[in-house]
Amino acid sequence: MTNNTFILQSSPHFKDKDSVPKIMYTVIASLAPVVAASLYFFRFKALALLLSCIVTCLVTEALFLWLRKKPLHSLRDGSAVITGILLAMTLPPSLSLEFAIIGAVVATTIGKQVFGGLGYNIFNPALVGRAFLQTAFPVAMTTWIPPAALKIQTATFATPLGNLRFQDAIAEGTLTPLKDLFTGNVGGCLGETSAFALILGALFLLSRRVIDWRIPLGILLSLTAFTGSFWLANPEKYASPLFHILAGGFLIGAFFMATDMVTSPIIPRGTWIYALGIGIVIGLIRLFGGFAEGVMYSILFMNAFVPLLNRYTRPRIFGERSKG
Amino acid sequence: MKAKTFAHGIHPPEFKDFTAEKAIESLPPPEKVMIPLLQHFGKPAKPLVQKGDQVNLGQKIGEGQTLFSASVHSSVSGKVISVDYYNHPGGSPIPAVSITNDGQDHPFSDKEETKDPFSFSPEEIRQKVKEAGVVGMGGAAFPTAVKLSPPKDKPIETIIINGCECEPLLTSDYRLMLEAPEDILRGAELARIATGAKRIIVGIEDNKKKAFEIFQDKIQDFSGEIALLKTKYPQGAEKNLIYALLRREVPTGGLPFDVGVVVQNAGTAKAIWDAVSRGKPLYERVISVSGQGIMEPKNILVRIGTPFKNVVEFCGGLKENADILIMGGPMMGIVQWSLDVPVVKGTSGILAWAAPRPSLEYACIRCGRCVENCPMTLVPTQLAKYVKFDDLTAAEKWGVLDCVECGCCQYMCPSKIPLVHWMRVGKNRIITLKQKKSA
Repeated sequence: MTNNTFILQSSPHFKDKDSVPKIMYTVIASLAPVVAASLYFFRFKALALLLSCIVTCLVTEALFLWLRKKPLHSLRDGSAVITGILLAMTLPPSLSLEFAIIGAVVATTIGKQVFGGLGYNIFNPALVGRAFLQTAFPVAMTTWIPPAALKIQTATFATPLGNLRFQDAIAEGTLTPLKDLFTGNVGGCLGETSAFALILGALFLLSRRVIDWRIPLGILLSLTAFTGSFWLANPEKYASPLFHILAGGFLIGAFFMATDMVTSPIIPRGTWIYALGIGIVIGLIRLFGGFAEGVMYSILFMNAFVPLLNRYTRPRIFGERSKG
Repeated sequence: MKAKTFAHGIHPPEFKDFTAEKAIESLPPPEKVMIPLLQHFGKPAKPLVQKGDQVNLGQKIGEGQTLFSASVHSSVSGKVISVDYYNHPGGSPIPAVSITNDGQDHPFSDKEETKDPFSFSPEEIRQKVKEAGVVGMGGAAFPTAVKLSPPKDKPIETIIINGCECEPLLTSDYRLMLEAPEDILRGAELARIATGAKRIIVGIEDNKKKAFEIFQDKIQDFSGEIALLKTKYPQGAEKNLIYALLRREVPTGGLPFDVGVVVQNAGTAKAIWDAVSRGKPLYERVISVSGQGIMEPKNILVRIGTPFKNVVEFCGGLKENADILIMGGPMMGIVQWSLDVPVVKGTSGILAWAAPRPSLEYACIRCGRCVENCPMTLVPTQLAKYVKFDDLTAAEKWGVLDCVECGCCQYMCPSKIPLVHWMRVGKNRIITLKQKKSA
């Protein structure tokens, strides 16, 4: 008989193979079509923004871990890379690199590390970075260029939503065709233009059960109901729900930002409230707010409610008698 | 037939192939047995023998003290060499009676039961079950006589025979279902008589089709039915099983009695039959010895008190790289630090394998998988946080006491947080506080 020595641990002794880094790398893989589309449409500008965001996020994270005397291995969990990619995907292609770097520093520090790093932050880090840039450099953040594939030479170019909101696109008859929105041959942030690429990545995430289907569905339902009721009442003035879904940051927001596990609720009932809330706030901002686009602020707005939602949506325990 | 099931739960790898097709073998009684006087939670039995006494096979050597304490019997004939603390698979040393085996297996009583077992009164059945020290064989080892004594104001309608064996690797119940289906059903019938229930339902997971077919054939002679259940963990957890079969929820803090149900494990049903029909005390049981770390995995019939060492040697020994030894299943079993511990009534399996290196623990990323898979619809990550920060009021309000420690949450957790550990800490702290208050 061999002299085996035994490990002592508490049950369960089987564990699923999935882990935090695996989830993070799945998210990164799911962003491949979006990144590819951004590189195709915006070429070198996209590449430069993407690299500077990722590198800055990693460097800032490393610096913070070192300052907080934390092991550096959590750099490898992939979450800093995701923040970098997501931030880059929400930037206008014409943005100069120093702004992108500032955004990435803010995203990593204010968005994530000040709360204690991965798992502890309240707001989506990439969106915190973007919100900071939007407030600090409003002009740079709303200057758009046409995608390279369009082969037009203009200094500025309106996004489909900007066109709708500020240039009376419906009355003028210049509303962007849905087909262009779907392929992505329009102006906009790096990663938000191609609905096709975004849906591809989203389907991958859903099939791997990395994101909660309730979130995109809830946002979709409430945004459709909200914009749809205005559209039905006055199609001369308001765009259709389909336009709102395909244009702007809806898809990247609903599938890649709002679904961030750390900053979305853990209990299904809370998740529904969160998702429905995001859709309504998007609609409110797009139709009546001061901006053409409202995805970023609506997600950050609902992020703030997540701790409350988690606290007040305790599910009924199995066998618990309903009161009264 | 559509397989029934409950909400949530997980699908861990089964690994039942190691032993599923292996017929039960008998382990030769060892030279020495150590029989713990406590084999479940509660009070230890009072020893009835002392050093130097001669005992016979099946002789009662420990008397159950209270309602929740079962009697224990000698599993060999021979001489008592000590009554002292000994290693126990539960973790801490427990008073045990050590007996050297004289190899004769002198039976303690050889009076044959002449009466038809089915003509006994409920009280007689309970008495015989109690006398034989029968406990639940699924793992928790709850005294069976208690389960057969429903309070007067709670009429029992259904006896459920739990043939799920939802823990991976274990196949002892499956083998019993294949090899002794009549005994299980007869035991179920006795349980039905004892509790005054109307019918029997045998629940079998759909990965045990062979057993299911045998039972469908054999049930004809009894007033009952066989139900097919989905293969899902923890299908065999009492409350989830009742819900899957009857769509009834056992109220929080309550017992199956509250919904008119008594659940007995398949192995327990057989033990009831043996106790009532032959007066045979529970001094041996079937266990699965399995896992990649065991040379020749087997299902074996083992005398209670046999050291794990003998059991493992009978199965060819451990592989060199085996570094985790478990009593029970991989989801809820208890790790052992040594092979020098005795088999007890609740030992459903002895497992060994080469454990993977422990993975890094990450902060909770709030993925919600623990919530999505909890069969008790708790919020494990939140509970773990409440316990960690010692907010026991919140932990109790969020249902930490309802946790059955099935391990689904921790199995799924990508951050590898020891959630079940925190549940146990919370439960212990709350119960200790309550005991202090009432004292």
